[in-house]
Amino acid sequence: MADTEFIKSVTDRFTLLLGEEKASQIVITESPFETFLTVPAELISVVMTELYDNPALGFDSLVLLTGNDEDDAVKTKNDDGSETLTGGNLSVVYHLESLPNRKKIIIKTIVPKANPEVPSVTPLWVSADWQEREAYDMYGIIFTGHPNLIRILMPYDWEFGFPLRKDYQNPEFYQGIKVPY
Amino acid sequence: MIKEFVSEEMVINMGPQHPSTHGVLRLEVKLDGEIVKEVIPHIGYLHRCFEKHTEALTYPQIVPYVDRMDYLAAMYNEFGFALAVERMAGIEVPPRVEYMRVILGELQRIASHLVAVGTYGLDVGAFTPFLFCFRDREKILSLFELVSGARLLYNYIWPGGLSKEIHPDFVRLTKEFLVYFKPKLTELNRLLTGNKIFIDRTANLGVLDIEKAINYGVTGPNLRASGYKWDLRRDDPYSIYDKFDFEIPVGDGAMGTTGDCWDRYYIRVREMEESIKIIEQAIDNIPDGDVKSAIPKRIKVPAGQLYTRVENPRGELGYFIISKGANNPFRVKVRPPSFIHLMLLDELCRGNLVADIVAILGSIDIVLGEVDR
Amino acid sequence: MTDFMNGYPMLYYLFLAIFPLLFVIPFALMAVYAERKVSAYMQNRIGPNRTGPLGLLQTTADILKLLQKEDMRPGHSDRFLTSASPIVVFLGSYLIYAALPFNSILTGATLDLGLLFLLSVSGIVVIGILVAGWSSDNKYSLLGALRSAAQIISYEIPSVMVVMILFVITQSLSLTEISEKQTANIFNWYILGGPDLTWKKFIFIPIMIISAVILFISTLAEVNRTPFDLPEAESELVAGFHTEFSGIKFALFFLAEYANMFAVSALIATVFFGGYQSPFGYLGDALNLSWLVPAEQFFWFTIKALGLVFVQMWLRWTLPRLRIDQLMSLCWKYLIPIALFLFVLVTFITMI
Repeated sequence: MADTEFIKSVTDRFTLLLGEEKASQIVITESPFETFLTVPAELISVVMTELYDNPALGFDSLVLLTGNDEDDAVKTKNDDGSETLTGGNLSVVYHLESLPNRKKIIIKTIVPKANPEVPSVTPLWVSADWQEREAYDMYGIIFTGHPNLIRILMPYDWEFGFPLRKDYQNPEFYQGIKVPY
Repeated sequence: MIKEFVSEEMVINMGPQHPSTHGVLRLEVKLDGEIVKEVIPHIGYLHRCFEKHTEALTYPQIVPYVDRMDYLAAMYNEFGFALAVERMAGIEVPPRVEYMRVILGELQRIASHLVAVGTYGLDVGAFTPFLFCFRDREKILSLFELVSGARLLYNYIWPGGLSKEIHPDFVRLTKEFLVYFKPKLTELNRLLTGNKIFIDRTANLGVLDIEKAINYGVTGPNLRASGYKWDLRRDDPYSIYDKFDFEIPVGDGAMGTTGDCWDRYYIRVREMEESIKIIEQAIDNIPDGDVKSAIPKRIKVPAGQLYTRVENPRGELGYFIISKGANNPFRVKVRPPSFIHLMLLDELCRGNLVADIVAILGSIDIVLGEVDR
Repeated sequence: MTDFMNGYPMLYYLFLAIFPLLFVIPFALMAVYAERKVSAYMQNRIGPNRTGPLGLLQTTADILKLLQKEDMRPGHSDRFLTSASPIVVFLGSYLIYAALPFNSILTGATLDLGLLFLLSVSGIVVIGILVAGWSSDNKYSLLGALRSAAQIISYEIPSVMVVMILFVITQSLSLTEISEKQTANIFNWYILGGPDLTWKKFIFIPIMIISAVILFISTLAEVNRTPFDLPEAESELVAGFHTEFSGIKFALFFLAEYANMFAVSALIATVFFGGYQSPFGYLGDALNLSWLVPAEQFFWFTIKALGLVFVQMWLRWTLPRLRIDQLMSLCWKYLIPIALFLFVLVTFITMI
């Protein structure tokens, strides 16, 4: 929250790099505790490569990669009282840290549930490997370019969706066993 | 012709029931003779849906769940979580609570490192150090039992304070423990650290250089063993750690290469010494006060998101809390250090022998409860 | 005794054949108990203390439990070989007892080539272990068995070399004869240069001490004890070659391990520490009671061997385990060259 200036300088750098039009899609979002950059998914790989490669920025460490459900789906009531969710967005939050420069930056990208594709950052930070697998496992976010995007915490044969999504329904049976037994 | 001499690849399954996978971890090991070609960890056997549970729980209700992640450092998990909630809800904690948290946290660090060091001895075949360490750890657990009533999963540090007033004997017994424990570290060093066979087994093995360590997201003792001075207690201070004088030990490759298994082992022994220093500075200065005075009746966190991190015995433990202003969090994402560290295993094990897998796995010190959550 | 020998030869041989068993089984029971107690005291524990007085019956109870267990076997294992392997392993360690001179009259077979016999039959254990590991259809067992075979075969070389050194000095391979040469007092033991009282004795003392250490290390490796317990390395290979064995088969492996421990200790005691000879004269000689002497000899023999067994236990609970390549380099790079050098040295000295 204190580093608004620094974030400003980062966005300026992207304006130089990508040009006004594209860079305008990178938005500084102020939330009560943390200020973060919202980056569209198609710009993620460019932005991340710049943040990683540029020695002036030098974000050499990916601290945390979080998948998240934005909870903005349209709710429609069914006849039997249950709710159906349509649409909505998923998001990925990257907490990056530059150990030599002692700087932190938070990047967020929002993708629609219908097509949740985000470029993988595993080629840059290996620590993203399992965290992306976890985000895929829990939210179904597909990280394009990830070397081995399979489930990690859930069973490999789990076919009932992605459990942390808001529209997730518990299956009735798993491997022939009633689930709420 | 040459092709015929290439030996057949052998796949062995280490775990989930194996004596030295430190829990229910399954390693699919591809071997050429005894040489490891690839290690594929399969995790999730201990998955207890922590993040799903938190969606339905209020903040104080989450504390017991937090205990069960890294069950060897439960006190520190609570510490981190309480800190995260306090920062978001804007709760000021009385100094008495802060001092107690630091003391308990450092005791927990010693206890956790004792398990790490002891089981590491067990991994390389020395049984006695393991029991020596557990004997001393029991004494710490007894101190925890004194304050919280539980030996492993405490539910003691609550957002805003502590769940119970400190036991009147705690300060005296902690001091007695410190007097008792210091010579025991020397004993451990003489039994295991300097042992020729132990050094042969661990030095120059599983070397992790700084760049790779940072790229793999390695934190905590493992990163420091690679020679990088990075400790959140210093570099991103929280609670009252800035009041204490302690050193941050870094690996120097005394027995081989910087960042080898021996360094990762010895860094933990030295951190125990530093933790003793912190406790010694804190134990006499616990201010008076009421440990429960700042605990709110009902914790309501304003909408927003915050990533709070603490230096867990295993590395950087972070809580990323997204709140929508309700009684319960919208999302609590944990950054478990063991989960990140486990990614290293394949990289470090390749080309080594089967016996080295356990030596490397032991040296990066994972807790499966935290890996799977 | 000689009358008995001549009068009822068959009964005497039967006794000789059964005696080691009567010795080994109680020894194994007590050794397991002792191992537990030793380890317990080294680790600030109490050890077994519930079954019987001071927990003395704990191992007996364990063995009884093992004996009444269901005899299980993995589905794809080889039925004949899995059943045969524990017997082969036990046979290998039991055969050693045939040549061990417990005292001047109680020797199963007074072989002229006793030392060689002893080393060669202990090689039978390898076959048993290999077969056990291979036939139980388990990768851990297989790895353990392969390690074990490599290890035991390699470490036979330094031990044979040390035996050759002794052969050069003693001019004998008979265990009884070697024991007899070290009679009278402690200075006649080969660890202190042997009975030969010339200048050579003083050169032999350091050579003998080094040889004894080499022999101890290599026998330790041959019986798979820590720091050389790679074949059954618990933290790596679960239980190594006997992972899939339970019940009486496991009990046989267990018995063989402890029988082997005693056997190799007895071997070292015989060749270096005077065998059954007392370190100072005999009470029986002083009191003129000839029957007391063999009893005393038996006492000394067991005490020496048990002392070495204790050292084995002590090492086990102190040291970590070596890795397979370190194990091999210790053998081939250090023990064998040193033993070879000593052998050449001793040969020259004796030729002078």
